[in-house]
Amino acid sequence: MKYLAKKLAALVATLLVVSLLAFLAFQVIPGDPTTKILGTEATDEAVEALRQELGLNENVFVRYFRWLGNFLTGDFGMNYSRHMPVSQLLGDGLVVTFALTVLSFLITVLVAIPLGILGGSARSQLLDGAFAVVDQAVMSIPPFFMATLLTWVFGILLGLFQPGRYTSYADSIPGFVACLIMPALSIAIPRIAMTVKMLRSAIREEMERDYVRTARSRGNNRRAILARHVLKNAMVTTVTFLAVSAAEIMTGSIIIEQVFGLPGVGQLLLEGISNREFLTVQAIVVILAAWVVVVNFLADILHQLLDPRVRYE
Amino acid sequence: MKKHLAFFLAMLMLLGLLCGCKGATGKNTSAGMKDNSITVGIAQDLDNSLDPYKMTAAGTREVMFNIFEGLVKPDKDGNFVCAVASDYSVSSDGLVYTFILRSGVVFHNGAKVTAEDVMYSFKTCASTSVTAALVEALSAVDAYEVTATQFSIVLKEPNPDFLSYVCNVSIVPKDYHDQDTAPVGTGPFKFQSRRVLDNFVIVRNDDYYGQKAHLSKVTYRILEDNTALFTALNSGSLDLVAHLTIDQTKNLTNGYRVAEGTMNLVQAIYLNHDVKPFDDVRVRQALCYAVDVDAMLKLTSGGHGTAVGSSMYPAFGKYFDESLANAYPHDIAKAKQLLAEAGYPNGFSFTIKVPSNYQPHVDCATVLVEQLKAAGIDAKIQLVDWSTWLSDVYKGRNFEATITGFDSSTLNASGMLARWETGNGKNMINYSNADYDAAYRAARATADDAQQTQYYKQCLAILSQDAANVYLQDLVDFVATHPKLKGYEFYPLYVMDMSLLYWDK
Amino acid sequence: MKKYNGFLLCGGILTAAMLLFILLGCFWTPYDTTAMDPNAMEQSPSWQHLMGTDKFGRDILSRVMEGAASSLFIALCVVAIGCFFGLIIGALCGYYGGIADAILTRVCDSITAFPSFLLALVIISVAGPGTYNIIFALGILFIPSFARIVRTEYVTCRDLNYIQSARLMGAGDLRIMVAHILPNTLTVLLSALTIGFNNAILSEASMSFLGLGVQPPTPSLGYMLNESRSSINSTPWYMLFVGATIVLLVLGFSLLGEGLQRQAQED
Repeated sequence: MKYLAKKLAALVATLLVVSLLAFLAFQVIPGDPTTKILGTEATDEAVEALRQELGLNENVFVRYFRWLGNFLTGDFGMNYSRHMPVSQLLGDGLVVTFALTVLSFLITVLVAIPLGILGGSARSQLLDGAFAVVDQAVMSIPPFFMATLLTWVFGILLGLFQPGRYTSYADSIPGFVACLIMPALSIAIPRIAMTVKMLRSAIREEMERDYVRTARSRGNNRRAILARHVLKNAMVTTVTFLAVSAAEIMTGSIIIEQVFGLPGVGQLLLEGISNREFLTVQAIVVILAAWVVVVNFLADILHQLLDPRVRYE
Repeated sequence: MKKHLAFFLAMLMLLGLLCGCKGATGKNTSAGMKDNSITVGIAQDLDNSLDPYKMTAAGTREVMFNIFEGLVKPDKDGNFVCAVASDYSVSSDGLVYTFILRSGVVFHNGAKVTAEDVMYSFKTCASTSVTAALVEALSAVDAYEVTATQFSIVLKEPNPDFLSYVCNVSIVPKDYHDQDTAPVGTGPFKFQSRRVLDNFVIVRNDDYYGQKAHLSKVTYRILEDNTALFTALNSGSLDLVAHLTIDQTKNLTNGYRVAEGTMNLVQAIYLNHDVKPFDDVRVRQALCYAVDVDAMLKLTSGGHGTAVGSSMYPAFGKYFDESLANAYPHDIAKAKQLLAEAGYPNGFSFTIKVPSNYQPHVDCATVLVEQLKAAGIDAKIQLVDWSTWLSDVYKGRNFEATITGFDSSTLNASGMLARWETGNGKNMINYSNADYDAAYRAARATADDAQQTQYYKQCLAILSQDAANVYLQDLVDFVATHPKLKGYEFYPLYVMDMSLLYWDK
Repeated sequence: MKKYNGFLLCGGILTAAMLLFILLGCFWTPYDTTAMDPNAMEQSPSWQHLMGTDKFGRDILSRVMEGAASSLFIALCVVAIGCFFGLIIGALCGYYGGIADAILTRVCDSITAFPSFLLALVIISVAGPGTYNIIFALGILFIPSFARIVRTEYVTCRDLNYIQSARLMGAGDLRIMVAHILPNTLTVLLSALTIGFNNAILSEASMSFLGLGVQPPTPSLGYMLNESRSSINSTPWYMLFVGATIVLLVLGFSLLGEGLQRQAQED
């Protein structure tokens, strides 16, 4: 219980730090929301009046704490240029981004773990080498580039899907999921390669340990050792890595959303940054941070379950 | 290992070949042909309020052109034709504009358009519009006079451009307050729905008074990534995309038709006259001589695009002076000589801030850097994001040189030339020339159209002689359409008229 | 021992070849990397231009040579910063735990969640664009992933028997951290390093794409990869060559890493 309370406190602390950082960032970079709303033709008086109305002329910290107060009561503020409450704007976006993250993560786990085990336990030198090279080649393809390649091959050459089409989950759930498959693959494929690499090296490392040698010298079956001991130990590092992945997939889906034209949080974030919609950006950053912290926390617990040597007090 | 690599490379090559073969075949049916609809790809969301007086982004005006109309509206040749008004007349002293309201015009919400609505529109526009030039023009109105079928505007002083401002005042229903989210106008299309960063849907207005639109529905699909937009077009998911680059048209392999028009803007290297060495006219002229506009057009847009030479683009045929485009022929020796006279025999260096979101500007800047090297001038590119450009460069005037395009938001010559008057709020380059100010003021003061044209031409000549900026071009605008989709017309302003399009089955 | 030489050998040869290629690019390129030629735009590979030319008629081979150098420099610096600070932070947090651990872990989480685009914008607004600033920005972003991995290893190891006995024998904390636990982290660290190097090259690409990295016309692999993306149909070789350069560069390092790792396990 005490542990949980501590974690909760940590979560709150992280969110405070992140939101303050995001807030300060907009004090540093040039531009404010008024240019987007009023355009280039507006008079200085009009801009000044709007700045006053939006409260942009007040002290930085007054503004931050006012935002914090509102945020805690569930009021995320307005997206000025869209004339829309941030919470309403983010609702739809979050569904898209979250679905994309979950789908990518599932694909990664379902493909990477069997592949990694296969690669790690391979005894043939050729297979081992082939794994290393293919793995590495796939890893070296940036996600946005993978997205371009996938769209080109499956969309243009083979005509298996229609690039640029998007069906909202409100209209059709299967259609929505279908739209997410290519983007999810673009995110997952390089991730799979990385996870396979981690898992392979972890398995190999375990296989060299004394207890495995002892067990083998006692005539135990290689496969049995692998299944009973090695995998469990090798999974410790892999789970940590996968957790970091889950966090990174969500924060890293921005470019993929852009390339596939998905109306997710990532695109809203980019738009928010370029329109200087600091309230929108802050809300998104806080949500992303919460996700990162929670996922890492789950990883810690899993780590503890898998590896009795570790005790997070 | 080598084998795998070879395999990988071979696969990629194979894909390249496959793609090359694909070019021969084109899709001849579109999903939209069945229900008489089309999908248009646009590169940015309509992110502002949809209220016609609060719209700022060019991309928003481009779409909303189909929904809102003024008493008069521009046609594809740049003339003003009657819209909500069926006829109009101007008094001989140029002070009274009388519009006869067309009978039977209804708003998209079913309400009849009355003279009261028209007056409400003009008054609301005058007090709330974000377009400063429009507010200024309407402030010169002395009185509005309303009868049941007539609407008259009495001006304090004559203004030959006034009709172009009337054109900008969209007619909206009186006391309707949801224009931000559910716009209601009189145009050939009405707003149906929008989804953030996804789509924007308009449908045919079946009660339209004029030639009704052919298409029953137009869906704008928002794809902010340029390559994504192009790929969607090439795969046949989109039926029409405008503002393509030459590279994209070359990459198009699906048999779509490509039409060529102009963007109707003046792209130039805008120089800040308040910083050294650009305060010296000889340095500015040297830059003009050092830049080879023809070569730049060839490198960046395959020779398309039109050299402009001053702050006016060719669509304004009345004012555009072709000869100014050749005022500074490419001449490195002359450039060097001018630089030496100005005290820079070994050249100088400067930074050019380029908005990173607009590829044609980035491309031109890249070529510029290379061309200036020959004259010993060392230019450096600094890419900035659009908001930074707006606040730092445009508003803050904190730059040495920048590259951008200016158009006329009010559809008239003064929209191009007002900004260069000394002390004008939009005069981002801090240009100041007494002769120019005099010529511009004279143009604004006269009620005689021919005389005004003369003065405007004089303004353009001064800008050229003074080498106020390094004028480049009116950019080329490529539009790709499905081979069966006909009727696309270029306008001399930044709009896409959907009412003319039809499926040729 | 013998069976692992394949990785070391292939990785070594590949890396050496790429380094030679890049080193050559620092002193000599077949053409001026920014010289344009309106008569040679978008040419396919030929004996004059081995990798063809881009849309401005610039020689792609020359640009790849110079671009690979700047990308490599940025990636190496970024990984070095990330690894160095990540190692220190991860080791201290994992070994000592307590309040400092809690705080630093929070900071790392915050950085992971913070949009990299925004951070880069901030740094560039303050310090202006430039190679060193982009290294600084990316370097900060790379610390958390290293720190987290190292920390996990230290948490796992700190209570093991042999560490306890070392402590009983009077070894100081620093000695235990460096001499006893550090070697244990090497395997994971090597994997993380190669993945990190890979990501660094790709991050430079995204940053350049957003106008925050290397400024044109100076070539960089990332910028070129983005550029080639839009002409995938008309000049597929452009993408192919730039992509292949990135893959080979990363592949060489990673095979080398894999070989070293296996060598270490063997010993």
